[in-house]
Formats: sequence, C-alpha cells, structure tokens
Amino acid sequence: MSFAQVMEQYAGKDIAGMMDRVTVADVQRTLSRRTLSAEDYLVLLSPAAAGQLEAMAQRANQLTVQHFGRTIQLFTPMYISNFCTNQCVYCGFNTRNTIRRTKLDDAQIRREGEVIEATGLKQLLLLTGEAPKIASVEYIGHAAKLLRDLFPSIGVEVFALTQDEYEYLISCGVDSMTLFQETYNAALYPSLHPAGPKSDYRFRLDAPERACKAGMRVVNIGALLGLDVWRKDAFFTGLHAHYLQFAYPQTDIAISFPRMRPHAGEFQPESIVSDRELVQIMLAQRIFLPRCGITISTREAPSFRDNLIPLGVTRMSAGVTTAVGGHTSEEEEVGQFEISDPRSVDEMCAAIRARGYQPVFKDWEPLEDAAVAG
Amino acid sequence: MEHSNNNDPLVIGGVELQSRLFTGTGKYGSDTVIPDVCRASGSQVITVALRRVDMNAAAGNVMQHIPKHMQLLPNTSGARDAEEAVRIARLARAAGCGNWIKIEVISDNRYLLPDGYQTARATEILAKEGFVVLPYMNPDLYVARDLVNAGAAAVMPLGAPIGTNRGIRTREMIGILIEEFDVPIVVDAGIGKPSEACDAMEMGVDACLVNTAIATAGDPVIMAEAFGAAVRAGRQAFLAKAGPVLTGAASASSPLTGFLGE
Ligand code: SF4
Repeated sequence: MSFAQVMEQYAGKDIAGMMDRVTVADVQRTLSRRTLSAEDYLVLLSPAAAGQLEAMAQRANQLTVQHFGRTIQLFTPMYISNFCTNQCVYCGFNTRNTIRRTKLDDAQIRREGEVIEATGLKQLLLLTGEAPKIASVEYIGHAAKLLRDLFPSIGVEVFALTQDEYEYLISCGVDSMTLFQETYNAALYPSLHPAGPKSDYRFRLDAPERACKAGMRVVNIGALLGLDVWRKDAFFTGLHAHYLQFAYPQTDIAISFPRMRPHAGEFQPESIVSDRELVQIMLAQRIFLPRCGITISTREAPSFRDNLIPLGVTRMSAGVTTAVGGHTSEEEEVGQFEISDPRSVDEMCAAIRARGYQPVFKDWEPLEDAAVAG
Repeated sequence: MEHSNNNDPLVIGGVELQSRLFTGTGKYGSDTVIPDVCRASGSQVITVALRRVDMNAAAGNVMQHIPKHMQLLPNTSGARDAEEAVRIARLARAAGCGNWIKIEVISDNRYLLPDGYQTARATEILAKEGFVVLPYMNPDLYVARDLVNAGAAAVMPLGAPIGTNRGIRTREMIGILIEEFDVPIVVDAGIGKPSEACDAMEMGVDACLVNTAIATAGDPVIMAEAFGAAVRAGRQAFLAKAGPVLTGAASASSPLTGFLGE
C-alpha cells in the first residue's frame, strides 16, 4: 500500500463536482460527528461549507485547544544554498532565473545559527534548492551537525530523498522533514516541473512515506495552494496526512498551507485562494485530523496570521528571511519568495501573547547524544 | 493552604502529600498563571514535559514559574519506546528535576494511548536506578501487575484518552486496580470536570492528575480551586464510607422483626 493507491480510488471521480453537490444540511451533520471519514472531509471543503465557517471555527478552536493547548510553536528557516537544477515555473530559485547563487560555508552556517539562536528560537528549518552535486545530502547533514548544539530541533526542507538518505540525516541530528507535493494533480505536475529531478512526480509523492519509514519524528507535507483548483489539492493533502497518520502512528504528521506569493518570475497561479478560503481549508483540516500539526508561514500578512491563531495553527515561523545567508548578510539577496510578515521574534511573541496564547520555543530534547549510562 | 484531613496523607516515594490533586504545566496560554493554579488548587505535585524545559533560557522557561515547594514530576512526553523514555528520565534527573518520573510511552499519535509493554520495560530499568516511577497506563490488570512488579511507586491509569475531558470511562477497570493493588492509584487523563474527579476519589482512587481541564478552562485559577475542593470532597466521602445503594426492595432503618427474638 502507498498513498498513490489511495489516490487511485479517486481516479476519474469528479471531486469538484462532488463538492458542488454538498448541502448545508450535510455540513451540519458532519460537524456533529466525533470522527470524520474522507467523505466528511470533502463535505467540509465544499462551497456549501463556506457558509458555515463560524460553526467550523468554533469546533476547530475547541479541538485545537484540547489537543495542543493555547500554545504556538515558533521556528525559523535558514536557507543554506539556492543552487537548483529544477525549473519549477513558480519559484524564484528556478535554474533559469538569473539570481546570484550561493552556498554557505561552515563558518557562515555557524554564524547564521548563532544570530538566530540569539533571538531565542530553538527550532530551525534548513532549506536548499535541489542541486545534489553542490548542496549534497552530506552537506545538509554536515550543516545539521554544525548547528545541533544550538538547536534542540533541526528540520530539513530539501529535495526528495531515499529512505537511506533520510536515515543518514536523522543520524546527523535532523528530527523533522518538510516536503511539499506542490500539486497532487499528476496530469498538471509535468507542466509546472518541466525539467530536473523534481519532475519525477511519483518519487516526490512517496518521499514523506520514506521519511516515516526512516524514523523521522515529524513529517510535514503540503500543497502550494493555487497551482491547481485549490479544493482538490486541499482534499488530497488531507488524505495524504490521514494515510500517513494511520500507516505510521509513531510519526507526528503536520501540514502547511502555503499560498502562491509574488516571486522573481512571471508565473501566475491557476486559482487564487482568498483569505476566507484559506481559513476554510485550515478549519476543515483541523476537524478532519484533530491531532495534526498545522503550520502557517510568513507568506501570510501579520494581521491575518494573528487572526488565525485560535483557529487551528500549531506552528508559525518568525524572524524569517528566504534569502541564503539572509540572517547575517548585509547585501540585498533575492529570496525564494517574498514574505508578508517581516516581524521579529519578539514582535511575533508579543502578538501571540496578545491573543492569550503562549509562544513555545522548545518542544524537543535531542536524545541521540544523551548520556545513557545507567 | 488549608487541608481538610491532615491525618490522611498520601505517601509516594517516601514523600508525604497532603493534597491528592496533581496538576500539569502544558497547554496554558501563559506559564505565569502556574503559581496561581498551584496555590488555588492546593496541589503539591506538578508534571512537566522535559521536552519543553529549556534549562539554558534565562526567560521563558516553564521551571521559573513552578513554586519551590512543589514536588516536580517530569514526564517522558515524546518517548516512543522504552529506550527513549529511559533517556529522557536520565536527562531530567541530570538537569536537576529530581528523581520522580512519570513514564509516558506513546507510539500512536492519533489516540495517544500508552504502550503497556514499553512502559513496563522503562519502569523496570528506572526503578532499579532509584527513580520514583509513576507510569501512565491503560487500566489493564496485567499491565498494572507488570508495572508493580517492575517497581512502580504508583500507577496512573487513564480515565479516558488524554485531552478528551470525557470523564472516567474506564471506571470498571480502575475499580479492579483499586481492589487488586496496594500501590497508589492515580487517575491520569480524561477527567474533564471537578465532579468527575470527585467521583474517582469517592471510588477509592488515591489521587487525580488534571491538566487539560484546568489549563483550557475559561478561568484556570477558579477551575483549579474547584478541582482542589472536589478531590478533597471525594476523598472525604471515600473515607466516610458511603451507605449502601438501594437495590430492589427498601431496607428499613430499624429492624421490623426484632420482637420475634432469636
Ligand atoms: S521550488 Fe525548489 S526545486 Fe523548484 S526551483 Fe524552487 S528551489 Fe528549485
């Protein structure tokens, strides 16, 4: 069994049409259920459910507070290389874009780490483009080793890897992986990823499962909302998380909801996801998978992010730059995409507290090096 | 804090506790409420997830907010097997959190139910190392026996799945543990309302651990106070030995056939 087989069950089905037939009564019935099936999740993503947002928000809030408390975990990304051999048409690091390419050396990685650590953040996400000859798995693992004494939790958001490669990164101190499928529409995928290793749809689709098999503690998935009809991609993202949760109960599964943002390139998305629609997706997701982590990045604007706090978010980024070496560099580097929330860590904490929530910096204690002598 | 029955301490690991309510530190909107929760509830034992403790942080460290008189009960939240639980316990002790440890081994993130086998393995190792081990468990007779044989200082059966506030759904099973074991039985997880904590205490459990129901209440401090009172009331009711529950025909309060003689 793999997630591709789950998707096959929906092959040829008109998902958007099924959602169009949902009634308000269906939505209300679904909201009173204790556990939801995939069909129930579909109901909550429907146009009919768009008119029931307040009822969904109440339920989502209740479930989130129950399972996660009034807490928001904070993390920040660190871009260590922007070399990329792919041609994702929506991305500023696309190999055909003429931006300055850099890769941090040991001293720069350490320096970036120290600057981030000084803000109090304890959870770090390492990012690269896909250029395995330049920024190899060994390079990423080495970066994690250089930083592990500063950060109890180190995640990677890099290219799709083999199970062995995920195991290697875990041995270097990496405890979480993030990988977005971008779109679950296999027919559309090739035109968005015309060249480079990322054009292999199936290798990417199976990567989160390989990370689970490797023993990664946290696996974070998502679709880049807007590439395809958002209702369909949101539906398959939820199903994917659901599949992984059941198949790998030891792994914490989380979801991100990135929306398309302006970037260095001309691509225009298929569908624009409005604020209301993003909220609907998040609420549906929370009610369908009450124990699933939900991440909202700085792609979103400050006031919108603040309003999302009680609705199901469990993780937010803060003090973000999407440029390589952006935490220490004095030069204006081009980032992967433009961020909308430039607030510092302190400002983010103040905003979280103002909502009656607690910012959480540390949520893991690394065990690999722990003295185990009895 | 005033306690209604000072001749009825709960003793765990050689420590005498006047309060039978254990509290937690997770899920609060702000850790600054913790001292007030401790005071209002009268609780003397507080659990804290080692994974959240940042010993190096000058500010924003949950430990700063725990009153000095509290007995710390670090937990192994995040452990997926016995080995991880053991490592977390040792880290907690090395970090100065004392030698009490709540074993929490959960390898199913959907239901968060504890793994009995792994919990017993961790309990055995840590009890031998001198820890006062309080394992979180499903209320299962055989698992409880393994835990007690492994040296658990108390057992902590769940009333309902963690965080659900559904009350004591495992009542019959907890009743069996009360009958069967001499070690303290602490109901952990599931209690959503003070009346449910009171009910558990009336049944004869030795203490209740309440985190979510207090931390996620509209006013955690008032709720903490309510739980403190409920646990005391339940304990008193248990000690007072409630009269029998009527079943079938009425029983007279004075004999009606006494005049007949022997
Ligand atoms: S999305 Fe990633 S893989 Fe695609 S071009 Fe950008 S950096 Fe490269």
